[in-house]
Amino acid sequence: MSGGKEIKGKIGSIKNTQKITSAMEMVAASKMKKAQQRMASSRPYAQNMRSVIGRLANANLEYRHPYLEERDVKAVGYIVISTDRGLCGGLNTNEFKAVVKEAREWQGKDVKVHFAALGSKACGFFDRFGGKVMAAESGLGDSPSVSDVIGPVKVMLNAFDEGEIDRLYLVFNNFVNTMTQEPRIDQLLPLPKSEEEDYKHSWDYLYEPDPKPILDTLLVRYIESQVYQGVVENLASEQAARMVAMKAATDNAGNLIDELQLVYNKARQAAITQEISEIVSGAAAV
Amino acid sequence: MAAMTVHLDVVSAEENLFSGRVETIQVTGSEGELGIYPGHAPLLTTLKPGMVRLVKQHGHEELIYIAGGVLEVQPGTVTVMADVAVRADDLDEQAALEAKKRAEEHIANPSSDLNYAEAAAELAEAIAQLRLIKSLRRK
Repeated sequence: MSGGKEIKGKIGSIKNTQKITSAMEMVAASKMKKAQQRMASSRPYAQNMRSVIGRLANANLEYRHPYLEERDVKAVGYIVISTDRGLCGGLNTNEFKAVVKEAREWQGKDVKVHFAALGSKACGFFDRFGGKVMAAESGLGDSPSVSDVIGPVKVMLNAFDEGEIDRLYLVFNNFVNTMTQEPRIDQLLPLPKSEEEDYKHSWDYLYEPDPKPILDTLLVRYIESQVYQGVVENLASEQAARMVAMKAATDNAGNLIDELQLVYNKARQAAITQEISEIVSGAAAV
Repeated sequence: MAAMTVHLDVVSAEENLFSGRVETIQVTGSEGELGIYPGHAPLLTTLKPGMVRLVKQHGHEELIYIAGGVLEVQPGTVTVMADVAVRADDLDEQAALEAKKRAEEHIANPSSDLNYAEAAAELAEAIAQLRLIKSLRRK
């Protein structure tokens, strides 16, 4: 039987770890509240933007913006939003798995796959994965701003304009609730059409002043708002996932401590029994 | 008889300012003032800094300040996507006056690093805010 002292040391170190994980759980819980608020307040804008764009994609526009045209797919781009830090369960792994699965399908069809990585985990992963990382940005922090995402978005839009990529996707962890976050892959470009039946007939907008400048600003703003919304949702998902993961870690540490305590008590009892039997047998020998 | 209404959403990047049915809307488009009634033809335009005046059902009025954005009109729905939007009651007159003064000084004493377009936009915003506050006062 291993010595009581060693087991005691083990229990001590697990207790220390437990303290850290439970502190991290509480920090994540309070950060999650804020992230959720931020997500909820920017959602209406993104949703309205999406429905406007959906109708726009159905319209018979007099000016065909390149973002509306379907092209032969020779290369695709993915904007992957990940967390900056680890210890948040399988959040990033699941997301990357989903991306890798799609990327392999594209590569099977001889289509090149490019990436823009937001968040240091995605930067690290896609550097190793192969394929071209066109833009990388990390350290967005707990309160990202729209200006943080403009850089990488611009790089991808330029690539689209120049024909380097023919489709653009956005990947992030969708915040369903505290327990569930699922990776989501949305098509950004060319614009997906709205499902609403009302807008299937042939019609066009009136424009003031001209269609081109309006569509240019509107579409770029649309992409930026979608990517920003992705970043904010991903942040809320990160905090929720970390909270759950750290809660599980704290519980596991508690179980481990209980078990070790039992082993320690047994070892101590065995040592005492042995000592007594030694004394008794010694006394009998005298 | 209830008047015809149209669904209006006013959203900014930060929050949802208004969502509901309205009888009419008045906004400042890039080409001038626009009045939108239910059943308007599809329209897409950019907005200048100014106010959104909306008349809710039964004639209740509400004013919202926006610092530019995009307006989309469909026969059944109208969407205002504002860059920054503030309910008129929350506007701060003092801050608007100061911003106006600052912008005017910037334009009057051009320094080497002056961005003229930016200063002009700032001035337009401040003036639009002040006009809105004044029109609120008159009521």
